[in-house]
Amino acid sequence: MTFHDYQLTQIDILESESIHIIREVTAELERPALLFSGGKDSIVMLRLAEKAFWPAPIPFPVMHVDTGHNFPEVLDFRDRRVAELGVNLVVASVQDAIDRGVVREEPNGSRNRIQTPVLLEAVEKNRFTALFGGARRDEEKARAKERVFSFRDEFGQWDPKDQRPELWNLYNGRIHLGESIRIFPLSNWTELDVWQYIARERIEVPSIYYAHEREVFSRDGMLFANNEFCRPRDGEDTFIGKVRYRTVGDATLTAAVGSDADTIEKIIEEVAATRLTERGATRGDDRVSEAAMEDRKKEGYF
Amino acid sequence: MTAAPETTLVEPSANMDLLRFATAGSVDDGKSTLIGRLLFDSKSIFTDQLESVERTSQERGDEYTNLALLTDGLRAEREQGITIDVAYRYFATPRRKFIIADTPGHIQYTRNMVTGASTADLAIVLVDARKGLVEQSRRHAFIVSLLRVPHLVLAVNKMDLVDWSEEVFEQISHDFTNFASKLDIPDLTAVPISALLGDNIVSRSENMPWYDGPSLLHHLEHVHHASDRNLVDVRFPVQYVIRPQSTQHADYRGYAGQVAGGVLKKGDEVMVLPSGLTTRIAGIETADGPVAEAYAPMSVTVRLEDELDVSRGDMICRPHNQPCVAQDIDAMVCWMTDAPLVPGQKLAIKHTTRSARTVVKDVQYRLDVNSLHRDEGAGELGLNDVGRVRLRTTAPLLADEYRRNRITGGFILVDESTNRTVGAGMITGAS
Ligand SMILES: Nc1nc2c(ncn2[C@@H]2O[C@H](COP(=O)(O)OP(=O)(O)OP(=O)(O)O)[C@@H](O)[C@H]2O)c(=O)[nH]1
Ligand SMILES: [Mg+2]
Repeated sequence: MTFHDYQLTQIDILESESIHIIREVTAELERPALLFSGGKDSIVMLRLAEKAFWPAPIPFPVMHVDTGHNFPEVLDFRDRRVAELGVNLVVASVQDAIDRGVVREEPNGSRNRIQTPVLLEAVEKNRFTALFGGARRDEEKARAKERVFSFRDEFGQWDPKDQRPELWNLYNGRIHLGESIRIFPLSNWTELDVWQYIARERIEVPSIYYAHEREVFSRDGMLFANNEFCRPRDGEDTFIGKVRYRTVGDATLTAAVGSDADTIEKIIEEVAATRLTERGATRGDDRVSEAAMEDRKKEGYF
Repeated sequence: MTAAPETTLVEPSANMDLLRFATAGSVDDGKSTLIGRLLFDSKSIFTDQLESVERTSQERGDEYTNLALLTDGLRAEREQGITIDVAYRYFATPRRKFIIADTPGHIQYTRNMVTGASTADLAIVLVDARKGLVEQSRRHAFIVSLLRVPHLVLAVNKMDLVDWSEEVFEQISHDFTNFASKLDIPDLTAVPISALLGDNIVSRSENMPWYDGPSLLHHLEHVHHASDRNLVDVRFPVQYVIRPQSTQHADYRGYAGQVAGGVLKKGDEVMVLPSGLTTRIAGIETADGPVAEAYAPMSVTVRLEDELDVSRGDMICRPHNQPCVAQDIDAMVCWMTDAPLVPGQKLAIKHTTRSARTVVKDVQYRLDVNSLHRDEGAGELGLNDVGRVRLRTTAPLLADEYRRNRITGGFILVDESTNRTVGAGMITGAS
């Protein structure tokens, strides 16, 4: 991958930085865990963690905040990958938290917001002090402002107006009891970088990322799958479309995009040419307000 | 449906080279607008981002689409029309991938500017053509030189408001060059621009025929930065010891880390600091297999021929080229919190992968960023001050001069009670 003049390509630099970050956290913070949803970003992050400690196994557990609104392909994938790596999986279940009365279902049926208290509860229960998240700064304008080491107070809150300075590759992971750090090793990766890396590393991703036929209907200019979590309303007709998912989140909120990209090469071409951001194209949750993401992050969201 | 694929500037190639750059300059000089313009004109803005910015601009009653909103993403920033913290943005042309740090101009947020500039290969210092150099332009140019950002661009902005005057541009370039001559700036280029209207951003402006230099983007695409890294002094801070507890790798012991300088090769004779023991490199490994050579910024695992006691915070170097093993450190420090830095103060220090405690022995002088005058009577450093400080650490640091190596010469200071990062240091000497 290198040239004769000791230059690294940009994807090698990104990989190297991410590995540095993951090792740094493991060396300095006591109980880290990696958030693994089975989505492409967390898959890449998990691969980087695998590389960071090779030939030793990954020295921390992975955690999934399970909204209960899942794509079955993604859950299968999650379990297979976890078994392959032999890592521990901690599942924080939103359904379980609803049943216990810890959180209450929102009127619109979305569990995006109520997953935050569930996450925070699991962090407390497992005494995790550091959580790796697969968020990228290119996803959203509030994310674009976040540090690699994002300090959270004992309520998991982010204070965007008072972030710790972060210089060179020197990260400050010092916290008091009850506080924690969210770590974003993919901060500087773009959607295109992620796909190029998946191609280069020949990483398997859930089948829903590739173009396939699915019964969908159109809502707010987005294509939603007709499934148990999301049914067409009056006037919304379903049809069989060739679609793929650009992001995988709560199945009630995550839309597909029309696509013929059924190979990784075609996905890369499509991502390079697209004129819409991945969240803009597929996420109902960011459309609530201009600062929806910032507000959720302040409450303790990833 | 996704928008029909249009032709795009970006060739989907992972093998591009990477340039990181940061904006700098005083409040309202147009940094965020410039980044917005650069992204817009290089077709790196997505339709939904643009629509959202247009909508917000309209709602606020702006006369035109405010491109600064592309980076000013926080609620508070939009309310006040200023940048508070660094925004990172990404774009690529067929030649290069760019990581942009759009930093705040307001003095109150200098620490965020320092954050954005610390990793930059290049900094663009903007100056408002109507106002010329102001204190904050000097402060930022000084910080850029202190952080040894290797390339600097002076962008004289808002040329549309001074009738595209060559004289104005020449005067400001002259003033800036004068100031810069007192600093350590290896590469300086000046470009007259209008961030608002797009002149000299992506293509050459027709409004300023007298200017015969490159457009800003052309310069960013072509600036040569391959030789900015230190490939001479071997420095490998040990970050993590890899010891698989498995029968398959029973005797495996590898030292993981990111190369900070020089080129490491299998078979090289090396020394481990602070112990001073020597051995040879038995192999350099990655999860993808062994590599023949390792250099910055590669993350690798080094194996040594002899079983030495090596742990996190140690440094692998060459016997004839070592960093200083020192507890007395002289450094330029940027102070980033309200309570002043004073002699006698105790702090935590993090330098490469080493953490220790330190006491401030002396504040030798504070620099006036305008005149670069050294105030030796200051005795302390206040918020946003820069000065020369002497520290004594509880454990030795394996230190280089910052001018030789930005990684092994830089450190952060952390308040032990609040855990906040309160200072950034650049080593000038160690003993
Ligand atoms: N006429 C004119 N106005 C400009 C130009 N560039 C920026 N402006 C205006 O100057 C004002 C400040 O621009 P910003 O881009 O927010 O300035 P900034 O340097 O990012 O400010 P801070 O980040 O808060 O330090 C806005 O009203 C811009 O529209 C220019 O080239 N010409
Ligand atoms: Mg700004």
